[in-house]
Amino acid sequence: MSGIELQDMDDIVLETRDLTKHYGGVHALEGANFILHKGEHVAIMGDNGAGKSTFVRQITGVEQRTRGDIIFDGKSVHFSGPLAAREAGIEAVFQNLALADHLDVPDNLFLGREKTMWNWLGPFRRLDYKGMRDDTIAALEKTGVKIPNIRNTIQNMSGGQRQCVAIARTASFHSKLTIMDEPTAALGVQETAQVETIVRTLKDAGEPLILISHNMRQVMDLVDRIIVFRRGRIVANLNRHETDGQDVVAYITGAKTQPEYEMEGAA
Amino acid sequence: MSDSAHGIGGLKYDPKKKARPQELNVFIALAIIVVAFEGLGRILYGDSFLFNTRDNVDAIFNWARLNIIILQVSIVGIIALGVTQVIISGGIDLSSGSIVGATAMIVMSFAQTELVNGNPNPKAIFGPWAMDLPVIVPIVVGLCCGLAAGLINGALVAYTRIPPFIATLGMMVSARGLSKWWSNGNPISFPTESYAALGRGMWPVVYFIGLAILFHLILRFTVYGKHTYAIGSNEDAARMSGINVARQKVLIYAIAGMLAAIAAIVLSSKNLTAQAGMGVMYELDAIAMTVIGGVSLAGGRGSIIGTVLGALIFGVIISGFTFLKLDAYYQEMVKGAIIVGAVVLDQWRQSRSSMRS
Repeated sequence: MSGIELQDMDDIVLETRDLTKHYGGVHALEGANFILHKGEHVAIMGDNGAGKSTFVRQITGVEQRTRGDIIFDGKSVHFSGPLAAREAGIEAVFQNLALADHLDVPDNLFLGREKTMWNWLGPFRRLDYKGMRDDTIAALEKTGVKIPNIRNTIQNMSGGQRQCVAIARTASFHSKLTIMDEPTAALGVQETAQVETIVRTLKDAGEPLILISHNMRQVMDLVDRIIVFRRGRIVANLNRHETDGQDVVAYITGAKTQPEYEMEGAA
Repeated sequence: MSDSAHGIGGLKYDPKKKARPQELNVFIALAIIVVAFEGLGRILYGDSFLFNTRDNVDAIFNWARLNIIILQVSIVGIIALGVTQVIISGGIDLSSGSIVGATAMIVMSFAQTELVNGNPNPKAIFGPWAMDLPVIVPIVVGLCCGLAAGLINGALVAYTRIPPFIATLGMMVSARGLSKWWSNGNPISFPTESYAALGRGMWPVVYFIGLAILFHLILRFTVYGKHTYAIGSNEDAARMSGINVARQKVLIYAIAGMLAAIAAIVLSSKNLTAQAGMGVMYELDAIAMTVIGGVSLAGGRGSIIGTVLGALIFGVIISGFTFLKLDAYYQEMVKGAIIVGAVVLDQWRQSRSSMRS
């Protein structure tokens, strides 16, 4: 791996070295070495409890790692919390969407970073509703999201529409890295298709993505590379074009392990 | 378009079916109550609740009654404007009535006049240095009292993470204790002429309407307002979005405290005296107005317009009961039932809207 690392130094968005998380005696994540290049879409797969979410929680600052380094955007980082990660440019769309139910789409898109006027008024500065509305429409068009009426409150929307708003939110702020944790797990067929459209739009725009998913078809359709986790360790790093569903399942279930990861596992 | 027409579980989402604004429902309730009193009055006494029936007065409406309705709710209404913001943010403020009491006592001590009918003021709290001060002094002192109480409430809620119910309950008891201790339970009276002028006539109504318009604009059009709704709607989402939730809460409770202080100034000026028992139960009346006005106790929903309408419903009911010559005890009982009814209605709406999503 070190050869690739030297070649593409400027090309790397995120790198983890020996990323490890222990919960007491439980080794939830052990020595994860991971590289994400600019514009690359990578899927993380694995059984429940394989360490996928633990891995993401270390990167997004939700938890503090036991050991290891995270290099994001060329700098070694140590996020104190999810907010710090977000400020650095890592946008995560979690399953329990961080949306305010009683607010409408522009309000949610701009929550915490409102466009304002009369800024001398401090906390009482005026909201630029029109500007936020225009930007919302532009952001939704960019991501291909269709929402009938952006003035509707989130609580009146379907699960798919909520998901789209959450994703549009990350996409509209030019984040450096988007992480989606099972974005379509609770969605119907058409809504899933809509979310996948957004993911493709992000790909076309050259924005890197880490996608956690159990959906093999989706992963095969969407990403460039598949990382497989098993029992807290990375066991495979697969190019999508050089693998197939059966192969990936073999890595997930433990029937196969890539040689280089066996080495690391033993060390 | 068809993509988004399907919700989870086969529920359809119709973009045209937009929910009726809550304020309209409250307004309809107000209209129904007014019509009910009008009808009952005509049936029982042959008298009109709303309209002028006296030949010697040239007016369509019974302005005397309408003025009393709004005058009697305007002071508690000012408190309710602050309580509305607290409840929208997902909190509760039980301390406003006691803040009124404590602030009224302290303010009045700085608003006294030296000579009453040529004799020294018999209720004087401080020495001659605090007599006949310009009216701005008691106003500023009062606002500072309210600000201090509100800041303590807000800091307790925001930084110790104890429930707002407990934090403001503590303030409720302590501030009432302060108001009794301040002058050993004695009333404080004889304010200066300029102080007495503050709450005279219909001025309380002017303050109430003016502050209502101000805070309506603030809640609707400013970052402060948006963050208040966001915190009440989903506090975690607000925090994740970079909103300084703790600072915002301190600000909300501080504003609520200052509005209670304004109510104290107006009330003590109107009554020309301050007593330790002033404002008892005002906090509950203010919460009732807020809840009747459609502000959800679960947070995230409601508006100043709703609260103003809620205050009017409150006033109409009290005035209507007097008009129907019903005993004051009935008023209290019905008031309680209306509060519970409003909360039940809110819960029912909540469960219906969460079913839809």
